[in-house]
Amino acid sequence: MNIFSGETEVLAPLATGWFLENAWLIPVIPAIAFALIILIGKRLPMKGSELGVLSMFGSLVLSAGAGYQWIQRTNSATEEQFVAPVIKSWNWWQSGGFEFGIGQHIDGLSVLVLFVVAFISTLVQVYSLEYLRGDRRYTHFFAALTLFSGGMLAMVLADNTILFLLGWEIMGLCSFMLIGHWWEEDANSRAALKAFFTVRTGDMGLLVGISMLYFAANDWTQENLGLSGFSIRGISAWALSGEPNSTVIMIAAIALFIACIGKSGQFPLHTWLPDAMAGPTPVSSLLHSSTMVVAGVFLVARLYPVFYVGLDIPGGGGNLIVIIGGITIVISAALAFVQNDIKRVLAYSTVSQLGYMMLGLGAGAWLPAVFHIFTHAFFKACLFLGAGSISHSASHHSFDMKKDMGGLRKVMPITFVTWIVSTLALCGVFPFSGFFSKDEIIDNVGYNGYNTFMIIGLVGAFMTAAYMTRATYLTFFGEPRGASAGHADHGDAHASHDAHDNHDSHDAHSASTPHESGLLITVPLMILAVLALSSGFLNATPFGESWERMKLWVEPRPAEVIEETHSGGPGESLIINLPSSEEGAAKTVCGSAQPESGVCYAPKLKHAPFKWSKAMISMVIVFLGIAISWILSTLLFTKRDPRLVGLTQRVKVLGFGHKLLVNKYYLDDFYEKVIVRTVAYPISRAAYWFNQNILDGILHGFANNTRKISEWVYKNVDQRVVDGTVNNSATFTKSVGTAAQPSQSGKVSQYGALLFSAAAVAALVLVIINT
Amino acid sequence: MFVNQFLFLAAVLFCIGVYGVIARKNAVLMLMSIELILNSVNINLLTFALRNGSPDGHTFALYIIAVAAAEVGVGLGLVLLVYRNKKTISLDDLSEMRG
Repeated sequence: MNIFSGETEVLAPLATGWFLENAWLIPVIPAIAFALIILIGKRLPMKGSELGVLSMFGSLVLSAGAGYQWIQRTNSATEEQFVAPVIKSWNWWQSGGFEFGIGQHIDGLSVLVLFVVAFISTLVQVYSLEYLRGDRRYTHFFAALTLFSGGMLAMVLADNTILFLLGWEIMGLCSFMLIGHWWEEDANSRAALKAFFTVRTGDMGLLVGISMLYFAANDWTQENLGLSGFSIRGISAWALSGEPNSTVIMIAAIALFIACIGKSGQFPLHTWLPDAMAGPTPVSSLLHSSTMVVAGVFLVARLYPVFYVGLDIPGGGGNLIVIIGGITIVISAALAFVQNDIKRVLAYSTVSQLGYMMLGLGAGAWLPAVFHIFTHAFFKACLFLGAGSISHSASHHSFDMKKDMGGLRKVMPITFVTWIVSTLALCGVFPFSGFFSKDEIIDNVGYNGYNTFMIIGLVGAFMTAAYMTRATYLTFFGEPRGASAGHADHGDAHASHDAHDNHDSHDAHSASTPHESGLLITVPLMILAVLALSSGFLNATPFGESWERMKLWVEPRPAEVIEETHSGGPGESLIINLPSSEEGAAKTVCGSAQPESGVCYAPKLKHAPFKWSKAMISMVIVFLGIAISWILSTLLFTKRDPRLVGLTQRVKVLGFGHKLLVNKYYLDDFYEKVIVRTVAYPISRAAYWFNQNILDGILHGFANNTRKISEWVYKNVDQRVVDGTVNNSATFTKSVGTAAQPSQSGKVSQYGALLFSAAAVAALVLVIINT
Repeated sequence: MFVNQFLFLAAVLFCIGVYGVIARKNAVLMLMSIELILNSVNINLLTFALRNGSPDGHTFALYIIAVAAAEVGVGLGLVLLVYRNKKTISLDDLSEMRG
């Protein structure tokens, strides 16, 4: 590390280490494991699953090491010093003047997400060992799961948008494979296709955005930083340099955000996420907590300067991201109320929480939103794995809360406790992790001048608390129903209402009584629950500055830096010069105006000071949500209160609302019936008409004429000219052959003599010509 | 440098080789004659390489030596197989290629 010694003080060199320098190994391990599982997985004793688990564990160790060394790095810097990311890039391929790099961009954000992804993936793989035991495509499942995580890891540490796109698309493909894992059922393969195509719709935006950014930024980045226009670092600096045309960067930001809408399940492309529940539960857990859906949020957080400048985030009031985020929070939370499938409730809850993250990013609350990715991953993974545990061991692979669950708290104590902890975290109750992140988002959204959206956030918090209480009540309280009461699906008559009758059978497929799941399932649940409880304390703003570790470690410090490129090692490695500590030199806060010298990689963001009064308001709202929902659930589901039962049939307005929700706002119908019909059907009909009348007409006419012409040609040209020529030449050849036959004696010496005499003649000719 | 002497030697070798190929009845001897031809070419190449002071000719000659070795290997293998099948290696008896 070079040190730029300023006028007044010398800044300390930043600490680095092996794990930071070699972080690119993290996605390489699962990629190799994927290939190995595909090639030799079936021959291994555990059908390839051990390779998947081991590779994820390897990635976890490496990312934990990288995280530790990154913390050391930030600690070695002074308070305001820019902590340079550890960037390495190699030239991948070149084509017509375009250079595509491959490399790593390790900073606080990527280290954080790398760790979360590797951690959740490891637990999910361990869980899958038990959950998918005996599955017919066990090996392929682990292969796809490993590649899925590998794609996310590659995307997270990508140093340029091309590699980012690669990881993004790998995830799209793997999610298709995993959601459609049981493709024999029509619904599953339809869900997989729906997920794939909906996300593809958004992906167009990513391609457009990346190319726009390249062409807009390349000149500037080449000139000032020596980086290509694909480099994430270059794009960030360019966006904040004051150079870009505001229309161009706005359109690029919108295009990129469309990709995020598709990937992160934002309104109006959220419809694929609940259907993605068709996949095995571990997949839902991974997909919804840390891997697939976070990618969109991560994209916004990663290229934040582009969105910051392009959509005028500091302006306040409202912009595309907060509007979409706000709509998503409320509409998906409302949808969660009418779901009977426990996984669908969680799916809509994920959509809603992603809305929070987007809302936070859109309103300039970068750190709370990123922190919410972190905490949300743990409790959401725990909730999904809990749902899987219930269906695996208690409800005969059913996810229907109303038919097959209820009263499970005594039977499945571990699942119950972990579920409750995660639910409280999701609702944002005080000491649980969700409180510290979600409340910070809501708080900062208001602080940054987005008051309307702060209220939407609070409404969302109320709804979250309410629907999660409903789901918890239906699942764990009340009377056992259906399969969880011992009624097997196939009408088995030994209905034992005694839920304690747990004969500890590990064969969940034949046991008809519900029981607690095995250790491979409960241990990941417990680990996640502990983290759901404790991970919030990494950035516990209520307890003052010293608790805000995440802010210290993850948030980029937007000091100006002066860059220099150095060539060395196996590729171009960047060496960052630390900022001059020039006093008073146009310290226009990075992002608001063009800095005089050097470049800036992150906008300076404001942080709302924590106030207990504001936190109390949201706590009260959450508790109200829980209480109201609890009372209504008790009345409705257990006591069957006549005033509530059938309310939707009696009151027209409520009935209308209910119908709207049950039909998911008719969005699916809208897409399939309106858009597909209006777009695809007329096109196909027009194409058919065109085919029948015009193309066929042309073809028929053409064919008739061709036939007539060809008859004439056959008689005159073919028979006389062509055949005549062929016959004549054949006769000629034959006579020549007969004449030359004697020379073909079969004697090698004779051939040699002919060859050499010919060569001699040729040499003679050559000599004569040249003289 | 007496270029002529080298060229003369090469020409003589070449002629001997050509005579061998045409006149000899024995397949092995014919192969040896082919070697003579190749080596006369090598001498030519080296001569001109020395005269022009360029390494191209040397490189080429080395290549030819390598290729010639391979060629002789294949040729002797053919002769061996022919002998096994026909019990003779006289070229006059091998006239299956007659048209």
